[in-house]
Amino acid sequence: MTPVTHNPLPTTPSTHLWSKYGHVLSMGIQNTLVYRTNFLFRAAFGLVPLAATLFLWEAIYADKPAGAAIGAYTLAQMVSYYLLVTVVDSITAVAEDDWQIAADIKDGAVSQFLLKPLDFLAYRLCLYLSGRVIYTSVALIPVAFFLFFQREYLVGPAESLGWVLALLSVLMAGLLQFFIAYTVALLSFWVLDVSTFIFIQFAFEFLASGHLFPLDILPDGLHRLLLWSPYPYLLYFPVGVYLGRIQGAELWQGFALQLAWVGVAFLIARFVWSRGLRKYTAVGG
Amino acid sequence: MPSLSRYAGIYAALIRYSLIHEMQFKVNFLLWIVVEALWFGLQLAFMTVLYGHTDQIAGWSRWEVVLLVGCNQFIQQLFHTLFVTNLSNLSELIRKGTLDLLLLQPVNTRFLISVKKFEIGNIINALMGLVVIVYSLAQLGRVPTLAQWLGFAVVCLAGLSVHYSLMFLLACISFWTVRAQGIVWGYYNLFNIARLPAEAFPRGAYRAVFTWVLPMLLVSNVPAKLLAQRLASPWEWLALLGMAVACFVVSELFWRFSLRHYTSASA
Repeated sequence: MTPVTHNPLPTTPSTHLWSKYGHVLSMGIQNTLVYRTNFLFRAAFGLVPLAATLFLWEAIYADKPAGAAIGAYTLAQMVSYYLLVTVVDSITAVAEDDWQIAADIKDGAVSQFLLKPLDFLAYRLCLYLSGRVIYTSVALIPVAFFLFFQREYLVGPAESLGWVLALLSVLMAGLLQFFIAYTVALLSFWVLDVSTFIFIQFAFEFLASGHLFPLDILPDGLHRLLLWSPYPYLLYFPVGVYLGRIQGAELWQGFALQLAWVGVAFLIARFVWSRGLRKYTAVGG
Repeated sequence: MPSLSRYAGIYAALIRYSLIHEMQFKVNFLLWIVVEALWFGLQLAFMTVLYGHTDQIAGWSRWEVVLLVGCNQFIQQLFHTLFVTNLSNLSELIRKGTLDLLLLQPVNTRFLISVKKFEIGNIINALMGLVVIVYSLAQLGRVPTLAQWLGFAVVCLAGLSVHYSLMFLLACISFWTVRAQGIVWGYYNLFNIARLPAEAFPRGAYRAVFTWVLPMLLVSNVPAKLLAQRLASPWEWLALLGMAVACFVVSELFWRFSLRHYTSASA
């Protein structure tokens, strides 16, 4: 996976915050456009194991009486869960951002951020957002195609408030996802090859976020244990909000916790950055 | 035309260099083993959770499926040990023009490309798969005969050959487009299918494609069924052997075709 070579930072003096980061956003979109075929293949190939998972669940439900539920999911609900997970994941997952951040550190590109009036985290957040714009618009093609064939399983939120809440939780999930990936990539300040850490983190995330299976089919104790981690707020919570499975007090508590985790992740990211920078400048970077 | 012992000597040297290289980065070496072990653990956790809600999936009992996951791990990790790094690298070799140097060597180029790096760490992960195989056989109360173990070895080799041929085929797309870097990683998605019981898939296009075009549903299923004595008929392993040969032939034909139309990067 070769990192993207960035254009130099904007050198035109600009006091306006929006035009500075606006420039980064448009630059990000231009640079990421190169990857669009790559993204298309990635999204399309990802549908193959999704189909396999759905077949597997159908086989499981086939051995049970019609309308049976597994962990409060009927077959239809289980299928819609996985479809929604795929959609939310397409919108929020980091594509190349963690590798690029690691490369920025390894190549010494972060030195520019010590001098320029541009914050590295904000810069990378803009690039993440622009990457999401490209990835989502490209991934939508195969995913929408797949969803069309499964459309009887797709139900939206009952009222418009439901849509707003779902969108909000997806946005926060995206931020949380970014901060986590950013923090892990910052380990490049200390470690030669950060890819092992990225994959180890991703393994825990894959299970705890509800990507592998809906968290409530776990034994109750395990389920509640995982809810103490930030991971369920990446996929399980936004999907639950959209599907209307999370209601009332649970809903508002969930939002509060999701917001809290976004805040905590942001603070941890800031902290790791300042420590990393200390090491980086000490070495004479 | 160099002899077989010459190739063996070259391979032994490549393995030695790989080992020396790996030992320079001991922590990294261990961490990669951890990464693979975690993902294997995830697969087992998935099946454990599923079987908490059901007794069987498409006629497969819990320990039969665990055996399948173990067989898949064993074959997949051997594939990683021998070939994955090298095949993923082909696009770089072409892009940088290093391929031209390799083509001039008096040894078969496909061999040089395929075996350059020997990933020793993945042998440990393959052993983990073997441990799970043995444990699940014990849980099933099965003790395979020597003949069955030998048959297992043969079909595992066939499965390995299928993975190798298909990924090589995919890697050769790099001859035709520079955008191919991501495509090889698409092969990883196919691994996800190989560890699932074939009978869970309804008879239809999906199952047909993954049996007769990209035989993912044969690669690990056949070895597992052989050990668990679930093979419906000898046709199953004959199908795997046949597909292994077919995939190799197709990959070799595409390789030669791509080479004929290859204009070097430095030209």
